[in-house]
Amino acid sequence: MAAIPVMGVVAVFVFLLLRLSPGDPAAILAGDAATVENIAAIRADLGLDKPLPEQFVTWMGQLLQGDLGRSVFSKQPVTVLIGQRIEPTISLALMTLLFSVLVAVPMGIIAAWRQGGWLDRGIMALSVAGFSIPVFVLGYILIYFFSMKLDLLPVQGFASLSEGILPFLERITLPMVTLSFIYIALFARITRAAMLEVLGEDYIRTAHAKGLKENVVLVKHALRNAAIPIVSVIGIGFALMIGGVVVTETVFNIPGVGRLVVDAVLARDYPIIQGVILLFSGVYVLINLAIDVAYVLLDPRIRY
Amino acid sequence: MSRVLSHPLLRNPSVLIGGGILLLLLIVAVLAPLLSSYDPQAISPRFRLRAPSDQFLMGTDMLGRDVWTRVVHGARVSLLVSACVAVIALSIGLVIGLLSGYIRWLDGPMMRTMDGVMAIPGILLAIALVSLSGASLLTVIVAIVIPEIPRVARLVRGVVLSIREEPYVEAAIGLGTPTRKILVTHILPNTIAPLIVQGTYICASAILVEAILSFLGAGLPPEIPTWGNIIAEGRGVFQRAPWIILFPGAFLAVTILAVNMLGDGLRDTLDPRMKKRLGA
Repeated sequence: MAAIPVMGVVAVFVFLLLRLSPGDPAAILAGDAATVENIAAIRADLGLDKPLPEQFVTWMGQLLQGDLGRSVFSKQPVTVLIGQRIEPTISLALMTLLFSVLVAVPMGIIAAWRQGGWLDRGIMALSVAGFSIPVFVLGYILIYFFSMKLDLLPVQGFASLSEGILPFLERITLPMVTLSFIYIALFARITRAAMLEVLGEDYIRTAHAKGLKENVVLVKHALRNAAIPIVSVIGIGFALMIGGVVVTETVFNIPGVGRLVVDAVLARDYPIIQGVILLFSGVYVLINLAIDVAYVLLDPRIRY
Repeated sequence: MSRVLSHPLLRNPSVLIGGGILLLLLIVAVLAPLLSSYDPQAISPRFRLRAPSDQFLMGTDMLGRDVWTRVVHGARVSLLVSACVAVIALSIGLVIGLLSGYIRWLDGPMMRTMDGVMAIPGILLAIALVSLSGASLLTVIVAIVIPEIPRVARLVRGVVLSIREEPYVEAAIGLGTPTRKILVTHILPNTIAPLIVQGTYICASAILVEAILSFLGAGLPPEIPTWGNIIAEGRGVFQRAPWIILFPGAFLAVTILAVNMLGDGLRDTLDPRMKKRLGA
């Protein structure tokens, strides 16, 4: 239930962002070449000529009905514009999540199992590097090698899953690997830390003493008990992915929500920026709720 | 002298390597005008898109500007922005964290506000702020600072909550010491080590976010040479002139790696509790 006040703070913050920014918001949105009439029209359009509390009530009322306003330029509802662009973004985010979990969790388990050995050190060094390479630099390096030098994958663009699985995979692979790097680093690190904590427990020694196979001990006994911190970091990582998605979509020219918001910034189309911020903050809050629910499912000892 | 040299900080390899690279970069940034005979903004169409050579170490961009010159001048912007962001975010976060950790009735409202700010994706918040208030050094710094504040505030609040239960703080309260004095002399010193560590990580993230903002066209004006701006200008011609993106990209990656290494080293040396918790 903590989600409701948090969303309230987000809404107030986003509302005040435009109204309290220095200068006349209508003039800012109209741009440098605007006439007095343009500015007046935008002011009336967004209700900026009314007192602040009245504006807030109207704005909140629309928001609660799912109305995010209209784009200043195309005049289309923001919800429609986001709807047109959501598919590539969701595809990229889910594929990245899937790929990084599949790579990182085994890496973390191996690193913890071989703690202090060269495998562990190698994986940890990779993870420091993963944290440090900016996502757009990595994107261009991958394009340089895989598309330009080796000519294996197309450089840019997006193909919907409905156009067939092969074109989809061909186009999503590079952006997915690019965006995954930092999450692989993060998830591998947290998996290793959580596993190390569990591997020191008595029941692991008992399991070994019973003569169970190494992989059974690691996965069935250790991983299940280390799952809570891992799941929570995966959830938070997913919620924070939007920043990386915006950049990745720009590098690979993917027509998703990230491109939508970047184009809106360049055109100063504030209703779109505001709509996308509200949407992704909502996703963040929902995912945090989902993590709390996952705790209960993973660990019967936790109750709310 | 020998005591200074044998300090544990100077025996930590991460601190030495990370700090060394940063020191080198700082020297490059300070000496930027001496390291190249070109003007970072001088346009010379005759030399457009030249590949790296003796004349142009890292090649030239679409307008014939020398990439090496722009990269070393870009180091100035990156270091300046990251230092300002770290100092401002730490100061504001420290005040919020101290107040909300120590003054009970403030805690709820303050922390809920921080939760709200944390829920907004940092990059989106920053590009919205920059696009609303116009691109300048000040707006870029403010836009990067705001999303960083909640993390600092939470960290400080956590330290305050654990320290205020210590017997020496309870003794001070019992003796009637004024709140302000307890905060400054008993609680503040305990926050310094974690704040230094957090400050290094903020520097790394500020360098990255500044570059991302410039790259997306929502950062400093394009004529100012920043690593993000140089990379953004190379986007359209990447297949013909990859050096415009790869060289500043390498500088960016190595700088962030160095700051992160310094942060990890500082964390291990200054804050053993944190090391244990992260298991790193």
